[in-house]
Amino acid sequence: ADKPFGFYDATVDGGWRVPGEPYTVAPGSDFMWWRARMLGGRTNHWGRIAPRMGPYDFKPRSRDGLGVDWPLTYEELEPYYDKTEALIGVYAHDQSLENTPVSRNGTQMAPPKPRAFDLLTKKTCGPLGIPVIPAPIAVLTQKQDADRWPAKLFPGNPLAQRVVRDAMRERQACFYATGCGRGCAIKANFQSTTVLIPPAMATNNLTVVTNAMVREVTVDGRGRATGVNYIDKTTRTDQHARARIVVLAASACETSRIMLNSKSSLFPNGISNGTGLVGKGLMDTVGAGIGGQIPALENLPPHNNEGTTRLHLYTPWWLYKEQAAGKLDFARGYHVEFGGGRDMPDAGIFWGLENYTNGAYGKRFKEEARRYYGSFVYFDGRGEMIPNDDSYCDLDPTVVDQWGIPVLRFHWKWSSHETNQAAHMVKTFAQIIEGMGGKVGGAVEKDGSKVIAKGGQIIHEVGTVRMGDNPRTSVLNAHCQSWDVKNLFVADGAPFVSNADKNPTISILALAWRTTDHILAELKRGAI
Amino acid sequence: MERRDLLKRVGMTAAALPILSHGTSKVPTQSVAPQAPAWIGPAGTPSDPDLVRPKTPWEKVLTASEMTTLTALCDAIIPADEKSPAASQVGVPEFINEWASAPYDYQRGGLVQIRGGLAWLNTEAIRRFTKPFAQLSESERNLICDDICFEPKAKSEFKAAAKFFDLIRDLAATGFYTTREGMKDLQYIGNIPLQKFDGPPPAVLKHLGLA
Repeated sequence: ADKPFGFYDATVDGGWRVPGEPYTVAPGSDFMWWRARMLGGRTNHWGRIAPRMGPYDFKPRSRDGLGVDWPLTYEELEPYYDKTEALIGVYAHDQSLENTPVSRNGTQMAPPKPRAFDLLTKKTCGPLGIPVIPAPIAVLTQKQDADRWPAKLFPGNPLAQRVVRDAMRERQACFYATGCGRGCAIKANFQSTTVLIPPAMATNNLTVVTNAMVREVTVDGRGRATGVNYIDKTTRTDQHARARIVVLAASACETSRIMLNSKSSLFPNGISNGTGLVGKGLMDTVGAGIGGQIPALENLPPHNNEGTTRLHLYTPWWLYKEQAAGKLDFARGYHVEFGGGRDMPDAGIFWGLENYTNGAYGKRFKEEARRYYGSFVYFDGRGEMIPNDDSYCDLDPTVVDQWGIPVLRFHWKWSSHETNQAAHMVKTFAQIIEGMGGKVGGAVEKDGSKVIAKGGQIIHEVGTVRMGDNPRTSVLNAHCQSWDVKNLFVADGAPFVSNADKNPTISILALAWRTTDHILAELKRGAI
Repeated sequence: MERRDLLKRVGMTAAALPILSHGTSKVPTQSVAPQAPAWIGPAGTPSDPDLVRPKTPWEKVLTASEMTTLTALCDAIIPADEKSPAASQVGVPEFINEWASAPYDYQRGGLVQIRGGLAWLNTEAIRRFTKPFAQLSESERNLICDDICFEPKAKSEFKAAAKFFDLIRDLAATGFYTTREGMKDLQYIGNIPLQKFDGPPPAVLKHLGLA
């Protein structure tokens, strides 16, 4: 309850509920908002799944008439995916599939070997026409090349090269022990806390102010951002940080909350919100999954099944042609994450075993436990949601948090594109489980609205401060720069225009790097 | 560590992962910079607990007589055999007491169910055999357990007790199989630092028809 992902989860002071900092949900909506209240934010807790968005994902409206196109192409972001992968370390497949690109410049690492259930899944999926390939994961499978990458990533910048080289040398390749979710003592996995912030601090150009809750962006009489007002939570006093440039990256919804609360005579509806679009276009990821028991996996010879503790193999979306031909009742794709086998026994192990053993207890329970241990698998779909007018956040007119800051109110509705997709997920997974000779746990639900995760539950909220190439239909330009306030930028998931089935972290990082390059270029030419 | 670095880290208490002190594993002490606020480590709140020295911040509430009954039940579910000890030998009843005493809504509901179930067990044992559950012989215990070990097949008068039994079985399995002895029983292999990960050995591939 205090630590929703377990006592040892690397995120502290965060969760589905943050004491003293409520949010509200509009009548008829269902939405869960997970927040990380610590340095490094949400990178302290994530699956490390780092797939690139593909060329289709940037132009969804052009392809099927739904949603909104991004103001940039895959080719424009591609160099930043390369750089981000080289900086943080990502293992992945080595061949591009349709709309599932990999690096053309060797910036990704070799994947670890598949585990037993990975191989069994791959074998089963082959005849079903479902691809199973190495998953893109932000975990080092080898030492980073600290002599090569810093000079390539930061040409002409000896300070950046030095701190990044030192940081890379401190990181070790995965030692296939200790779960990623608890944080990595050898820095083999990517989280900002261990990979980005230490070298940034080593430049001596960074001051970190923690326990600071931003109330609003301040502006001068000409409408330029001058800094932020924040509350020092430890003293409960208001403070101001002055800035030439303000970059918001508070997580998508929190960023739009700051903007909506930054009201002034120039910006009565919140900063950069003349269009009223801030808060609109909120998206999460479609999630649905089922598990099953596989007799073939019973009584497997004891062996180490852990690997990186993250995905080794996965299934990227594969039915593009069927979708284009109108054969599916949903417009966008999903990828499949799966797992199982002889993992470290954890809380909940053998929850439900009674259904396989007629309620065994005593010595028979121990025998059944030995037999069934490692024979369970799960499949989870993670799919694209199309933005809709009913899913957004705004300020609750009557509720404030303990700092006196008006809180967000969430409005949420899945469309049939999402619920039909969820139904397709569980139907497909049941096919795979049966193909493995196994049995699905429970009945397979045909109604997607009954299996789809709640809005926010997958913790991939993006959108709400959309980028675009038209100031009337977007809040930010193609460089994540406010149309209205030239020295205000957004560098988290809020600028997202669509939410492909590709987990957002790597795209957030790549986009932020591109935004930073733009800021530097604009500073150089004196434009901001 | 240079003092300038230390000062920058002051105030990071909410995010005080020791890992942040990159380049050294030493935690800064007050003597380094006595005038600066000390590194006080995790805030010590429930959402920011001391992970290195974990402690349970709540009192365990089950009484000694409830624990006696619970211990007998745990050992009826997970008895000693040739491969591993009984549940009570690795602290499972104490683990369940800690779980049931937690101040969260879900566990508060669980506590009511567990207390009610333990009371029912004794009442039933006395009704059938004129002695409390913990004093029953194995065959007497099994006569009660057989009636409540599987809720879908339990008679209507045993449904509530069967739900309770299932909760204890789940919790006992969690408590038991997450110990060194329980992991050994399952022949779990892992969480060992490896230079490289080789994937499943040939015997596993053969077992799966993948060799």
